[in-house]
Amino acid sequence: MAAQLLRRALGSRSSQILPNTTTASAGPNYSLLASVARAFSSATTPITATLFPGDGIGPEIAESVKQVFKEAEVPIQWEEHYVGTEIDPRTQSFLTWESLESVRRNRVGLKGPMATPIGKGHRSLNLTLRKELNLYANVRPCNSLPGYKTRYDDVNLITIRENTEGEYSGLEHQVVRGVVESLKIITRQASLRVAEYAFHYAKAHGRERVSAIHKANIMQKTDGLFLKCCREVAEKYPEITYEEVVIDNCCMMLVKNPSFFDVLVMPNLYGDIISDLCAGLIGGLGLTPSCNIGEGGIALAEAVHGSAPDIAGKNMANPTALLLSAVSMLRHLELHDKADRIQNAILNTIAEGKYRTADLGGTSSTTDFTKAICDHL
Amino acid sequence: MARRSIPVLKKLLSTSQHPSPCSRFTSSRSVTYMPRPGDGAPRPVTLIPGDGIGPLVTGAVEQVMEAMHAPVYFERYEVHGDMKKVPEEVIESIKKNKVCLKGGLATPMGGGVSSLNVQLRKELDLYASLVNCFNLPGLPTRHQNVDIVVIRENTEGEYSGLEHEVVPGVVESLKVITKFCSERIAKYAFEYAYLNNRKKVTAVHKANIMKLADGLFLESCREVATKYPGIKYSEIIVDNCCMQLVSKPEQFDVMVTPNLYGNLVANTAAGIAGGTGVMPGGNVGADHAIFEQGASAGNVGNDKILEQKKANPVALLLSSAMMLRHLQFPSFADRLETAVKRVISEGKYRTKDLGGDSTTEEVVNAVVSALD
Repeated sequence: MAAQLLRRALGSRSSQILPNTTTASAGPNYSLLASVARAFSSATTPITATLFPGDGIGPEIAESVKQVFKEAEVPIQWEEHYVGTEIDPRTQSFLTWESLESVRRNRVGLKGPMATPIGKGHRSLNLTLRKELNLYANVRPCNSLPGYKTRYDDVNLITIRENTEGEYSGLEHQVVRGVVESLKIITRQASLRVAEYAFHYAKAHGRERVSAIHKANIMQKTDGLFLKCCREVAEKYPEITYEEVVIDNCCMMLVKNPSFFDVLVMPNLYGDIISDLCAGLIGGLGLTPSCNIGEGGIALAEAVHGSAPDIAGKNMANPTALLLSAVSMLRHLELHDKADRIQNAILNTIAEGKYRTADLGGTSSTTDFTKAICDHL
Repeated sequence: MARRSIPVLKKLLSTSQHPSPCSRFTSSRSVTYMPRPGDGAPRPVTLIPGDGIGPLVTGAVEQVMEAMHAPVYFERYEVHGDMKKVPEEVIESIKKNKVCLKGGLATPMGGGVSSLNVQLRKELDLYASLVNCFNLPGLPTRHQNVDIVVIRENTEGEYSGLEHEVVPGVVESLKVITKFCSERIAKYAFEYAYLNNRKKVTAVHKANIMKLADGLFLESCREVATKYPGIKYSEIIVDNCCMQLVSKPEQFDVMVTPNLYGNLVANTAAGIAGGTGVMPGGNVGADHAIFEQGASAGNVGNDKILEQKKANPVALLLSSAMMLRHLQFPSFADRLETAVKRVISEGKYRTKDLGGDSTTEEVVNAVVSALD
């Protein structure tokens, strides 16, 4: 067991170092440097970003993003990649090695919903991306959309979820008939990494408080280690308030008063649950952006909703989640003025209420909605 | 073991909940129950005031019980969260009395002390935790028509307490799911739904990731579900479940969950329906029952509430009503429940978490004077 883990840890590390020897030592700060460098050069050379339109409604909403970006004159060149029809032996998945290389090279990407075909002998597409690109943190900003009424109207929080280990290690076995064990793994390295990113994010975005969500009263060693790592990192950021909240209490407080929280950082399973709960607070996954952060400053923004095959090709899909994800990609690239412009256009369009897609109770088509956003730019 | 517990379970269930299924159940019997002399004799109940706001709210219950001359008397034991283990005499007392009323016990964080709550559940094999989440009339909340019962497996899963450091910086924790416990909780949930005339049981899981562990849980639920054709059975992934809870909670009825998910789902549902300060619940096993505040979050409260003596006693009062019914004193249970509901709906005396400014004592006095 230990040997296997060690091998895994080593394996993942070496894979980070090899493709980009120049940047590997810089760690999480690299993204900042890289984006500063980009900000200087953005006026002249366009940034290349990988785009996975995905399946189902994916191509339609990706088209909408391209249109809005073009209208806003964002200096981004898309490099489109589609999911293959055959399993690539190099990745054991429908994603080709070239697609992954493209993200590694460009360091930024945007991904629409992907449906993993059912069958054996290949990995889920999301899992492939996560493992191959070492996407260790999932960031989801949750903001109430003005004008779109839900039961909660004061949500403004960020969930940051550790994405590589914990309950999702995939290590399970049957001990004897009728008794199954599933392993949850927490490592110091991964916990420090996500905590570091959370505080970095909080500082970069002018946030005041980071809450670590845990259940260390029951899982004293695993969640205890996670908390210990968070505390260590917190000491390096004295200007940011750090607190610890037990997950059950967190759930209760979120549904009673979500404005209580600012930035939340948590292990894998809790992050999964809490981030979806927060998405529920503001109106569902169709409105929630998401961005995955990988080693060495890779950022893959994605729409976390499903591929909705039932409405695919009917020009009915809501592109908001993918658009907002694209906005968070721009923020990652430090293109804040463009990001603000697009975000405001989206919010204003929804707030105005004239053009809304069917899932928000309107009758507009994807193209009408996109056009309205372009007009609001 | 499981088979033996069913009749006991049935008895427990038929008595501990609403009166309607109780009468429905007895009406189908061929004999009329003739009370024995001594049926109304006072029953001993083990009382653990606990930590934080615990003594305050259990004190409230004692006061109300006394005021309505309920035929119970308490055997009080001091247990605190920082103890190494639950004292032997407390366990003995609960084993003897079979019924216990308990305030919250603080669980120290990462101090190498295991949670006393978990110890109690394991020692007495209280395998089911039950939390009632419903809107109280007159209490404004964000969501209407919430009426959810969360039934949570209480003895295994993530709470197995099996953890170790593999190498420095790498820690493993075991989640254990057994067929026996999964079946047991599934049966409890369906039996509960059947006896309380509930329409739907929803199993909460994460079997898309934990294919074996949660898969086993689901498999057990499905098997049990086939024996209750009158009850609708559905499955939901835990993250989607939380999302649905905050947007459309009215779609849920009875929920059955493994340990950790239950903890989260119950607290979320409680938060939606009006806060953990009003939701009653308890932990039950084949032979014993501990009644306490339903949702665990905030059951020890913070220093400020404690200092100002403004803890909300409603959850524990409603739990006590459940206890009275469990002890087969339905009339007392009804009186208590009616009084509490009346105070809430009048809205004059409410604690801070319900938007008021009353102290625990004021609420208790209001409840006492509202007793018929």
